Amino acid sequence: MAAAEVVAPPLKQYPVIPILQAGAMAHSKPYTANAAIQQAIGFPGELVEDWQNKAVAKLGDLLHKYRGLKVYLDACVHCGACTDKCHYFLGTGDPKNMPVARQDLLRKVYRRYFTWAGKWFPKLVGAEDLTREVLDEWNTYFNQCSECRRCSVFCPYGIDTAEITMAAKEIMDSIGMGQKYSNEIIGKVHKVGNNLGLPGPALLDTLQSIEEDLKEETGQDIRLPLNQKGAEVMVITPSADFFAEPHVYSLIGYAKVFHAAGIPWTLSTHASEAGNFGLFIGNYGQMQKIATRVREAALELGVKRLVVGECGHAWRVAYSFWNTLIGPFDFLDPNYPVPQHICELTYDLIQRGAISFDKSANDKYVVTFHDSCNVARASRMGGIPGGQFEIPRAIIRAAANKFVEMDADSIREKTFCCGGGGGILTDELLDLRVKGALPRMEALKNVVDSDGVNFMATICAICKAQFSKVLPYYKFNMNMVGGVHQLVSNAIRLGPK
Amino acid sequence: MTAATIFYALLFYAAFLLCVIGLVYKIADYARTPAPLKIPTTPAPTTAGGVVLRMLREVGLFESLFKANLWIWLFGFMFHVALALVLMRHLRYFTEPVWFWVAWIQPFGIYGGLAMVAGLAGLWARRFLVERIRYISTFSDHLMLALLAGIGISGLLMKFVAHTDIISVKAFFLGLMRFDWQPLPTQPLLLVHLTLVALLIAIFPYSKLLHAPGLFFSPGRNQADNPREQRHIAPWAAALEKAKP
Repeated sequence: MAAAEVVAPPLKQYPVIPILQAGAMAHSKPYTANAAIQQAIGFPGELVEDWQNKAVAKLGDLLHKYRGLKVYLDACVHCGACTDKCHYFLGTGDPKNMPVARQDLLRKVYRRYFTWAGKWFPKLVGAEDLTREVLDEWNTYFNQCSECRRCSVFCPYGIDTAEITMAAKEIMDSIGMGQKYSNEIIGKVHKVGNNLGLPGPALLDTLQSIEEDLKEETGQDIRLPLNQKGAEVMVITPSADFFAEPHVYSLIGYAKVFHAAGIPWTLSTHASEAGNFGLFIGNYGQMQKIATRVREAALELGVKRLVVGECGHAWRVAYSFWNTLIGPFDFLDPNYPVPQHICELTYDLIQRGAISFDKSANDKYVVTFHDSCNVARASRMGGIPGGQFEIPRAIIRAAANKFVEMDADSIREKTFCCGGGGGILTDELLDLRVKGALPRMEALKNVVDSDGVNFMATICAICKAQFSKVLPYYKFNMNMVGGVHQLVSNAIRLGPK
Repeated sequence: MTAATIFYALLFYAAFLLCVIGLVYKIADYARTPAPLKIPTTPAPTTAGGVVLRMLREVGLFESLFKANLWIWLFGFMFHVALALVLMRHLRYFTEPVWFWVAWIQPFGIYGGLAMVAGLAGLWARRFLVERIRYISTFSDHLMLALLAGIGISGLLMKFVAHTDIISVKAFFLGLMRFDWQPLPTQPLLLVHLTLVALLIAIFPYSKLLHAPGLFFSPGRNQADNPREQRHIAPWAAALEKAKP
């Protein structure tokens, strides 16, 4: 397959709802997972015989297991509230990227096989047989949803397209039509312990060389311990933090926070990945199996607290699902939330005066903050609703002098996905990723022009990787994006040398 | 006893039965199906009391829709509030003596009827005028609006143009409720109105009108945001756990 041409739409000063361009993204689909990738995680290697009946049966199975799916497939009234809310629609104009139209790809099949009206009057209610064309459309358009839940904020019934996308991906996996990128990564976690397939010795090597660099830079023995039994805190962080830029600067930030506060901590090779792509493919069993590594590592190392690094979907899984999937956590210190976000930890230390900053170290930056979708709309930090918005901002304000907000319709619960979430962060979907970033890029351009913003902080490994790749298509410097703990790292006071 | 009386008596019994059976089945089905994971759309309330308030705002004010689109909210809210008012006004045909508050709202109910039709007209216009909504509209979306508009307009016509023998209509419905059938007037406008209403009642649980009970079962809205504090586990997930070595 020839690589699709990557075209960045022009940036407009005000958001404009595009004119519909039917089929504009019909060409965009992911590589299909090969037999080895599929079978490694228990899915059929290729499209099974009798796939149509098996897919319908799988949908029936999911309808029994997930109330949300059942309610969401029934409740939509086609009111249109969601139609202009998806970043992929705004960036591509393809009507099938309107959340309701995306949902309808599954809903029409649900109606045909599971509702009385769809069985008897399919034309009337828009019910359709599951044909090969419909299946191919699923593969195309459910892989153009980043499961960011922006549409669900605006739906009068809270219909969450992410749940419908996950169900569709689960069905496709079960009949042998998996997505290569996500499923290959899940295989790597099971085999090596992290998404990048970074083996233990390489990880140790990386951490030691970071320690050496830090010694040279600061004159202090800032440790990044690995598999340290009896440490108080185990940090689970996206594996990108170990070697990719700008991610690694945040990892250094965590290390400096623990150093300055004097909290013994450790990383783990067994749980060297916070990311959990089981979420993206909607598979409960895979999500649980991946998360189980964290429980095993925590028990083995005898730690008292679990802290999660900067990663959006990982924080959703950790915050919202770990207690369900791998709890109860009765072996951990009950005085701290389980799990705790690294931002919660840093924020607490700031509040208690246990760490302090030389804010001028970040004076070269005018900072803005990109709320990551899974943190904003699927989790929380701190004790009150919305803490996930306030705490990272409070840290930025503590560590930097110049902070500017982007347009109110593009932050907090209304934040736009970076365009690379949900298992889409792969090169063959780059055109989609670039176009999906449009709403964020427009909001960013406005604060770049008005306030000279030159640093967009975020707390998600996927956001960081996606923006690093996509920013240049919009004529921005790729180094504009970085972590909140990158700013912390620049400014934290480490005490006398 | 005219043929029309028998036909409409049976029609309303059938419609009512279809509605109740369908709704009980659907609601029981929603209630039985577990929600295995905590998926409230955050920021979400952290307590059950907070969830009740959130649901009240969604049901009573259409909070999320308000955030999404002012036009849809305006027409949708106008239609639903007006419909509620009209339904309450109609209680006088089913109660003897008429409850005092039902008597009190009678004059407002008329405005309700007008607002209901106006709201429907606005919603329907969007299906033609807004390209995105035209794209997602199905034949049944238009039919549903036609059905509701037909009910509203036939009702208004009986109020403002061609009055019907409302005393007999009331006697008919009270008779239905007491299983003591009374003759139904056969004014065409009334029969149109009643046919459409019976149809609406009958299809309620088998159509997108399920959005009404559905909202109460939507995990994105009805779950409290407390996964760290309380372990949430569905029966099938617990069974999965036990099956492990």
